[in-house]
Amino acid sequence: MSAIRGRRHRVIPGFGLTLGVTLLYLSLIVLIPLSATFLKASTAGWSACWHTVTEPRALASYRLSFGAAFIGAAVNAIMGLVVAWVLVRYQFPGRRIIDALVDLPFALPTAVAGITLTTVLSVHGWIGRYLEPLGITAAFSPLGVVIALIFIGLPFVVRTVQPVLQALDPELEEAAASLGAGRWQTFARVIIPELWPALLTGFALAFARAIGEYGSVVFISGNMPMRTEITPLLIITKLEQYDYAGATAIGVFMLLVSFALLLVINLLQWWSGKRHA
Amino acid sequence: MMSIRRSTNLIGALVLAGSLCAVASAQKGQTLLNVSYDPTRELYQDYNAAFARYWKTKTGEDITIHQSHSGSGKQARAVIDGLEADVVTLALAYDIDAIAQKGDLLPTNWQTRLPHNSAPYTSTIVFLVRHGNPKQITDWDDLVRPGVVVITPNPKTSGGARWNYLAAWGSALKHHGNDAAAAKEFVTKLYKHVPVLDTGARGATVTFVERGIGDVLIAWENEALLAVRELDQGQFEIVAPSLSIVAEPPVTLVDRVVDRRGTRAIAQAYLDYLYSEEGQEIAAKHYYRPRLQAVAAKYATQFPQIELFTLAELFGDWQQTQQVHFSDGGVFDQMYQPGQ
Repeated sequence: MSAIRGRRHRVIPGFGLTLGVTLLYLSLIVLIPLSATFLKASTAGWSACWHTVTEPRALASYRLSFGAAFIGAAVNAIMGLVVAWVLVRYQFPGRRIIDALVDLPFALPTAVAGITLTTVLSVHGWIGRYLEPLGITAAFSPLGVVIALIFIGLPFVVRTVQPVLQALDPELEEAAASLGAGRWQTFARVIIPELWPALLTGFALAFARAIGEYGSVVFISGNMPMRTEITPLLIITKLEQYDYAGATAIGVFMLLVSFALLLVINLLQWWSGKRHA
Repeated sequence: MMSIRRSTNLIGALVLAGSLCAVASAQKGQTLLNVSYDPTRELYQDYNAAFARYWKTKTGEDITIHQSHSGSGKQARAVIDGLEADVVTLALAYDIDAIAQKGDLLPTNWQTRLPHNSAPYTSTIVFLVRHGNPKQITDWDDLVRPGVVVITPNPKTSGGARWNYLAAWGSALKHHGNDAAAAKEFVTKLYKHVPVLDTGARGATVTFVERGIGDVLIAWENEALLAVRELDQGQFEIVAPSLSIVAEPPVTLVDRVVDRRGTRAIAQAYLDYLYSEEGQEIAAKHYYRPRLQAVAAKYATQFPQIELFTLAELFGDWQQTQQVHFSDGGVFDQMYQPGQ
């Protein structure tokens, strides 16, 4: 009681009200639909659920969905950092246009992105025709899935790293240099620790988005069972058989794995934040 | 200045409100929602206009018919989940069975309520090949020759593609004297020639037509005719196999919805009129095979001569067919198991 009273001098009061609104809002938007999913999955019973989520075909789809999402997010973490760096640190003509281009994957309907990428990367496409002689099949292969996931995940990393980089004072680097640090040392010991939490957030967002992505991937993956079937497609095939329980079982499993992974990333962030505090 | 702007805003709002009221009163007549699958969009645009005219002259009532199109299975799930469809016109009986069983919105014997298995128009499965037929494809056996690439969508996600699969299976079955093992071998071989399993029929058409992938597209006859006659004249040719299946896209009214909305009579008339001469003629114009002899004779030259078998003759009903071939662990899944 006294603790709350002690905080009464905040400029803008209303902890109780805003927390209440937050909980209500999260319940309505996130928790209620999710608990409905759990309820639906539980109608099938444990052994049936377990059987559904551990089928060889389901396991193959997890490898593709989580693996491709991880690779895509990792590529974006590195390349997104470069893009953000260029946009923040240098002034050049066309910078604002490039800055705007970064958001396009957000705005484009995913189906359009998928169809366009497939057209460009398939055997007769602009890029695909040059990859074919090299023995690289980009469309209708796991590589195509990775490319689609890189495309949709790019803005997440750039947009989370950019503001942190903007706030990073170049004087820090100058100080490091005047104290005798080399270029690499300054980058690895001064800049990266500052950017690390934002980079991890961007990675986590891109990764989470990629795991659930359906619209763009189904066009480019080719949907071959055991080879290029993503997990969301498996859910759709279950729904086509009106197997609601099976579909939600896989959905719940994906949800749990994603949640666990995001939790690990958050812990990692918290730990690195503490280390560099 | 401020007050002028405010008053123009007010006038604008009043005008808008007035026009909304006008629209509302114009739509006072009955409405009907037809929930259908993707390729019937143009067919029902024409048919709805024709039926509205017919209904106006017969009863003097105005009627507005709304239509909704998407994948057949997706539409069935939407109706089960509460989309208020007065009538459903889908790609296969299995999806309407689901509305009857899972949604309990109509009796399970719905398919016996209208003539011809409740399918007023039919289609069949044919091949679309590139101009000049460079791979010399004439019949089903040619599809499994080395080097032939076949495009067909995934029967697990596309209701239409299930007819493609069954056409191949049934043709092999009849060809090999009802030997089911030979049919399975043929279809397994056939799907080894398919490099991409698009989720829907339109996706497969895009793969074949726009991306230039594959030598032959297995397609519904109405879609193939549309592609050849109206889209890319001269780029593609239709090849009719010697044997194929009668694809029956069925129609029915959704009892629970029409009884609640009081639209049973008009919904029934809407479906009955599909069997009339005008309804059949519209179906034929959109490249569906009509049931009515007179109209069929008039459009005979439009459709290639193919020996046709029905689902009931070779496979039984959709419940059995789905269970054996397309359910998880069914024949189609077995083809992709490692070691096959």
